[in-house]
Amino acid sequence: MWKNVFTPKKEIAKPLYSGAGIATFLLLLLVWSVLSYGGFVNALFLPAPDQVVKTGVSMFQSGEILGDIGISFSRVLSGFVLAALIGVPLGMLMGTLRIMEGAFEPIIGFIRYMPASAFIPLFILWIGLGEAEKMAVIFFGTFFQLTLMTMDVTKNVQNELIEVSYTLGAKKLQLFRRVILPASMPGIVDTLRITFGWAWTYLVVAELVGASEGLGYMIMQASRFLKPDKIIVGILIIGLLGLIMDIIFKAIYRASFSWMRKEGS
Amino acid sequence: MRIVIENVDKTFVDAKKREVTALQNINFAIEKQEFVVLVGPSGCGKSTLLNIVGGLMSPSNGSVYFEGTGSKKPNLGIVFQEIALFPWRTVYENVIYGLEESGASKQEQQEKGKHYIDMVGLSGFENAYPKQLSGGMRQRAGIARALAIEPDLLLMDEPFSALDAQTRTIMQEELLTIWDRTRLSTLYVTHNIQEAVYLADRVIVLSRHPGQVKSIIHIDLPKIGRDKDEYRMRFEQYVDEIWQLIRHDAQEASREG
Repeated sequence: MWKNVFTPKKEIAKPLYSGAGIATFLLLLLVWSVLSYGGFVNALFLPAPDQVVKTGVSMFQSGEILGDIGISFSRVLSGFVLAALIGVPLGMLMGTLRIMEGAFEPIIGFIRYMPASAFIPLFILWIGLGEAEKMAVIFFGTFFQLTLMTMDVTKNVQNELIEVSYTLGAKKLQLFRRVILPASMPGIVDTLRITFGWAWTYLVVAELVGASEGLGYMIMQASRFLKPDKIIVGILIIGLLGLIMDIIFKAIYRASFSWMRKEGS
Repeated sequence: MRIVIENVDKTFVDAKKREVTALQNINFAIEKQEFVVLVGPSGCGKSTLLNIVGGLMSPSNGSVYFEGTGSKKPNLGIVFQEIALFPWRTVYENVIYGLEESGASKQEQQEKGKHYIDMVGLSGFENAYPKQLSGGMRQRAGIARALAIEPDLLLMDEPFSALDAQTRTIMQEELLTIWDRTRLSTLYVTHNIQEAVYLADRVIVLSRHPGQVKSIIHIDLPKIGRDKDEYRMRFEQYVDEIWQLIRHDAQEASREG
């Protein structure tokens, strides 16, 4: 059972591996419980775990939170889908055509270091406080990374595959559909999975300023009214939604790319 | 179909901006139904030459032309060492890729696909993905894919050098059996002299720095069964003859690393 626990890069027993993960969660819960139930931190700032659970349940029962989840989710999705619709094709072109890489890589490489949150005041000036502005923040936060990551994935398509297609009669334009797209598809889905996670973090940033609904807004309001339990519930919900999306992406990945596995479908 | 390689030169500019002559004044022809093997030490430009014949690279000077195709573009089947099967396609889908490109009917795709999968001995593995195959089986699929377009010329770039020695021997035998059935004009690149003598009608020995044709050796042994005892002496003589031609260059090459 305890074999190899401290041997670098060796497999350990499966229950030990999963058990370690659960133990870490429990440890965090324990620290929280000691701090709150033990009275080390004022309940005004750190509510006890059972208080958070109660608040969460009542928020779901009254249904107030569902509206916030819905609006936040649609904001993340619309901003992210727009970024993906433009970023994936652009990244693929940049990864295959040197002229496109030359034209776009420097500017995208530069802009991606600019913090999306710092653009919020500009977006507000340009497009106001509506949904378009929230979308713009999420788009801005994900588009540039997504494009560059897609470019890298496409660049790594084995050159031999392209040469072989030429010798088998493929034309230049067909290569995109017949070789480059299917070869880079797994990498692209993985890129989308990772950047979608980032989109959630930009959501809160977008909703902290000038929003009247959504999870980020709810968190801000809870802070104003000194309700840390609500803040924690909001954070946990965002975390869970991210996790669920991650699991969905991974399931899509496994179902679509069975050819990547040695044992097959 | 006769393929003529005429006065081909190839120069590169290396990382230090120096001009390097990879190939110099290469002249030979591949006759109809002839199996020609290019052999030489590493750095002699044999893969470069194969890529030029295959149209994947253009020569700096000289030309490659196909006699007897008229204005029609010649069909070329290429098998690489890396195999380069499309990993998202099954064996069958890989084999018919070229037929899809040429717009062959579904029925033709099925017939030819099955025919060539049978020929390379992959029946029963039509629906397997490349990842699920052994190295030797992948290379069979690669050969079937190249054969399926019924090429005018088959080009093979060290196709078996990544395989273990036993699989390699088996694949060499099978290649000859397949070749015997198709009788395709073939250009085969290898650094393995035994393999060259085993497969070739003619062996073209290249020297390095620059890559030039050092010698062309006609292998006067029956095409099938050269590993039989009765030919052993002559087989070894050919191997030795080629080794003596390459030896000096090969030693130099190994010192340069």
